[in-house]
Amino acid sequence: MTDFVHPAALFILGAVPIPFLPGKIRKAYLVVIPALALLAVLSIQPGNYGAMRFIGQEILIARVDRLSIVFATVFTIMALIGTVYALHVTRAGEHVAAFVYVGSALGVVFAGDYLTLYVFWEAMAVASAYLVFAQGGGPAIRAGFRYLMVHITGGVVLLGGIVLQGFGTGSLLFGPFEGQMGPAALLILASFMLNAAVPPLNAWLTDAYPEATVTGAVFMSAFTTKTAVYVLARAFPGTELLVWFGTAMALYGVVYAVLENDCRRLLAYHIVSQVGYMVAGIGIGTEMAVNGAASHAFAHILYKGLLFMGAGAVIYVTGRRKLTELGGLYKSMPITVALYMIGAFAISAFPFFSGFVTKSMVIAAAGQEHRALVVLALTMASSGTFLHTGLKLPYYMFFGTDRGLPAHEPPRNMLIAMAMAAVLCIAIGVYPQPLYALLPYPVDFEPYTGVHITESLGLLMFTALGFVLFLRALDPEATISIDTDWFYRMGARRFMWFAEKPLAYWEQAVSSVSETIALPLMHGLARVGLRIDVNGVDGIVNGVARSILRGGGALRRLQTGVVNHYALAMIAGLIGATAVFAVVWQ
Amino acid sequence: MIKRVVDFFGDQAFAVRRRQLFYVSLAIIVIADFLVSREHAEYLWDRIPGWSALYGFGSCVLLIFVSKFLGHKCGLMRREDYYD
Repeated sequence: MTDFVHPAALFILGAVPIPFLPGKIRKAYLVVIPALALLAVLSIQPGNYGAMRFIGQEILIARVDRLSIVFATVFTIMALIGTVYALHVTRAGEHVAAFVYVGSALGVVFAGDYLTLYVFWEAMAVASAYLVFAQGGGPAIRAGFRYLMVHITGGVVLLGGIVLQGFGTGSLLFGPFEGQMGPAALLILASFMLNAAVPPLNAWLTDAYPEATVTGAVFMSAFTTKTAVYVLARAFPGTELLVWFGTAMALYGVVYAVLENDCRRLLAYHIVSQVGYMVAGIGIGTEMAVNGAASHAFAHILYKGLLFMGAGAVIYVTGRRKLTELGGLYKSMPITVALYMIGAFAISAFPFFSGFVTKSMVIAAAGQEHRALVVLALTMASSGTFLHTGLKLPYYMFFGTDRGLPAHEPPRNMLIAMAMAAVLCIAIGVYPQPLYALLPYPVDFEPYTGVHITESLGLLMFTALGFVLFLRALDPEATISIDTDWFYRMGARRFMWFAEKPLAYWEQAVSSVSETIALPLMHGLARVGLRIDVNGVDGIVNGVARSILRGGGALRRLQTGVVNHYALAMIAGLIGATAVFAVVWQ
Repeated sequence: MIKRVVDFFGDQAFAVRRRQLFYVSLAIIVIADFLVSREHAEYLWDRIPGWSALYGFGSCVLLIFVSKFLGHKCGLMRREDYYD
């Protein structure tokens, strides 16, 4: 019996038998693995595991401390909930991909060195891309390729940073950066920010998540951005840049959510917004702020999973995803409505729901550091969160205009999974102490003060008043919004246009020039050459050869073999030579 | 039970009752905000009762109209077949 079972190994190795298991056995197996992983995480002891040397580098497969335990706990809880939600899915590939995805995320959370981190980082990208491809159809396949290309680019940037870091410091152990940030730190920071969907590197998320399968999107909403939050918290706490990116990000997601018509894309923009609180918290970097970021990630994974499950249930039942095509479902899906609303209250930070005890910790940490602007901006984003997730989305999806859609409650496993998440959203809100006890630093924060409750309710309910008064201005429109993916979507199109038009014209022109001018010229030159060769060179060569032949024949005639002739010739030669000698020497 | 609660928020029949309940709750929240203790106020606005209600309403209106302005006037919103 070893004292450490890596939860990532449970998921990744546990994924192998899934395709070979029949019906009910597979369902039981799918639930058992995350449950075992949860047990493994709950019984985990802080320490270093799996240290070795590889290609001359120190490798540390698992470094377990309080920060990694918080994330690993919520990851395995969410894996269990997501698996229950996906139990009705019969295609083994999606389950395998989800397990490898979760396992890789856990691998990143425990990674003690950059090489281990990098391997799991890439595995996460590939496994999660499968959950988009599995949806099938043109838009999903195209979105999947864009998603994969963005993440592979991010992976290359990360690898570049890791290599520079290795050469610079001689160690690849994964820990906080200190002092002035060099190129290695900046590259690594950029790749982490890409995975955290920090604008302008956010569009991969809102592009791909709504195109994933109903069950796949639930997994995706939880893992990629939150592993990025974890690595940022590990490597870059107190980085001033992150405070401002995080704050801007919280508002960015909210602004886009106003414009959005696709229900899951609206929720995806709220991932961007909510991750903004965590990024800002990490940027502030105090113990309370990092606690706030970690606890908000914990709560966020559960309520965002719940919201994606609710929207997914609607898509599963109706086959529609646009708010302009939905409405009036509350009569046929009341339980889904109720469970979704628990998630909505949690994300909006209503008292006695999870967001209230976690989001406020980040804002309070900003307040303690006298960052008034950050406090105001994050509070405004809270208002926007309730406006969209708590009011606009449920109003147009479940209430609003009755479109007469035939609908019913989703399969029981989906409802059970939603109920599990809903119970946790309320439990954390009502009794936050167990979560606070799990956080990396001791917690000195009391969310339930009178003024905090009345202020939160005032903010949220008067947001609702604004919603009621300006409802018509919020009517969804059948449009899409341009985000930063415009640059690579249109950039790719421009590139293809360049390849198909100017480049192809140039190629055409070059080949036609060669065909109409260069080739005939070459042919002509070749013909002239041939003629010169045949008539001139050959003639000369032949003539020379003939002359030599003739000369040879004449010489042959001279060689008669008769001694008298040779003697005669010698005498003639002697006379000739004497004559020449006499003349020349005269 | 759940269905009855959900129906209360959906059915037109309860519209008047819903609105009454909503406005009463708004009033209660503002009154409560005047009554709670504000010893640990960090910023100036923390000392103003009803500030968060005002800020929530203002934020909501600002977000709606600024976003729609960006969407309609600055070209962020496009036809659904824009990329096709």
